[in-house]
Amino acid sequence: MAIVILAAIALFLVYNAGRALTEVGLGTMLSGIQWYPTSDPGKFGMLPLVLGSLLVTGVALAVGVPVGVGAAVFISEFAGRRLKEVMKSVIEFMAAVPSVVYGLIGVAVLIPLVKDVFDLSSGLTALAGGIVLGVMSVPTIVSISEDALHAVPDDLRHGSAALGNTRWQTTFKVTLPSASSGIFAAVMLGLGRAIGETMAVLMLTGNAAVMPTSLFDSVRTMTGTIAAEMGEVVQGGLHYSVLFTVGLVLFAITFGINLAADLVLERQRKRWRR
Amino acid sequence: MSRARTRQARVAETIARGVMGAMAASVIAVALFVLAYIVYQGVGAIDWQFLTDVPRDRGRAGGIYPVIIGTVYVVTATAAFTLPVGVLAGIYLSEYAPRNLATRAIRLAITNMAGVPSIVYGLFGLAAFVLAAGIGRSVLAAALTLTCMTLPVVITATEEALRQIPQDIRQASLALGATKLRTIYKVVLPAAAPGIVTGSILGLARAAGETAPILFTGAVFQMRQTPDSPLSQFMALPYHIYAQVTSVPDWNRTLVWGTVLVLVAGVSIVSMVAAAWRSVQRRKIKW
Repeated sequence: MAIVILAAIALFLVYNAGRALTEVGLGTMLSGIQWYPTSDPGKFGMLPLVLGSLLVTGVALAVGVPVGVGAAVFISEFAGRRLKEVMKSVIEFMAAVPSVVYGLIGVAVLIPLVKDVFDLSSGLTALAGGIVLGVMSVPTIVSISEDALHAVPDDLRHGSAALGNTRWQTTFKVTLPSASSGIFAAVMLGLGRAIGETMAVLMLTGNAAVMPTSLFDSVRTMTGTIAAEMGEVVQGGLHYSVLFTVGLVLFAITFGINLAADLVLERQRKRWRR
Repeated sequence: MSRARTRQARVAETIARGVMGAMAASVIAVALFVLAYIVYQGVGAIDWQFLTDVPRDRGRAGGIYPVIIGTVYVVTATAAFTLPVGVLAGIYLSEYAPRNLATRAIRLAITNMAGVPSIVYGLFGLAAFVLAAGIGRSVLAAALTLTCMTLPVVITATEEALRQIPQDIRQASLALGATKLRTIYKVVLPAAAPGIVTGSILGLARAAGETAPILFTGAVFQMRQTPDSPLSQFMALPYHIYAQVTSVPDWNRTLVWGTVLVLVAGVSIVSMVAAAWRSVQRRKIKW
């Protein structure tokens, strides 16, 4: 049934994107650098949106991965039982906060901060969106990395300690390499979450659909474009269909990422099954 | 092993602990900041009138009663669709599914469903439920959309909970002459119930906070009353926040943060109660 739903999602996206795919063409849309959907005739170059998404996601990973993996290592290898429990509830709370709330906190706190620190005319930038997305991806990265570290058998740690290694030497040279595929999967899933996030980026990145040149530019992501423009288009029109194509591209990207992460995780599970 | 190398290892140990600890501490700090900020900004709005009045002046005055009720309706409807389907699918996967390629593909599809962006579910809901099925923008269409999003969570939670029940218990029940169905119904399910219920509630709480899937499937900003049928449009907490911040000039800071506080408090209290209940129930059962 899950397969049916997944297939239905793909089918409905393709079906509704059909008009754009035949009239404009996927190649033209993906390589076009101008997004003026309401001009006549409309220009539907998706490249600015794709790059916008990638830029924001890149910032998110730069924030989320070191913090997330570091925190996971700390929880799994160094923290005592009490602290572990506390950290886990903190992570659960962070995962439970809705994205629109992260967006609003970003608007209230981070936007003025980015504006002042970097002396910009507006704080609504790829940087601000990326930082908030990074925070939002931390729970995913922590919990999956922690699972991966937890799955490493204690025998390995004991063996390493018996050879005279310190706790950190054991972690760095034995545990982390053993859990590397799981941590890689955690990063991939964090990436998938960040690239598909809608509300926070919509509120924080300024939504200028032009080719981004720096982190301090206002950018518009694929998700933000769908959310912002779908309310105003004619149903069944070309623009409507193009937005479904954007959704299809997004679906394809996250599908690939999740599939890769899942295969890696499965391989790791097999490795430690004894 | 020279003394210098021992000292080097010790220094590395200290630095590493410091760095990892700092990462963990920063996570806690951010979470505490988020929590404190929401409470600090929002608590001033919370009073009886705010919780029982309708929004006035595009949300700049009045309360959020119909907004709360709208979210409650949609989440209840989502639960009504998700729970039976999700739990049955979980039982099938854990107890009946053969270990073959098809099952592997189903599992893969479920984990993949969990990773589909919420805005894509929104597009799917618009195309499939609102337009193709002709339901229109409504509580029903939004709930069906959220159901697709929540299903993988419920299925996974059920499967995990069932897998934690030891085989001995199943075999004991079968040895007493119970059929497989009866064993699942009378023995396995009751034991796994805390895990199933809590996992499902966590998934539904997340659905309550989603904006993107309900954006095109039925949420509206100006309504003033509670939805009177499953086919009417509705107001919802996350959308109410988003719509005010983006489309109302001079939005009332206190009231918007009050709405945020109600949403976050609702979601996290329900999640915490569910998690606490699970750990109490688990302690009761000793294998």
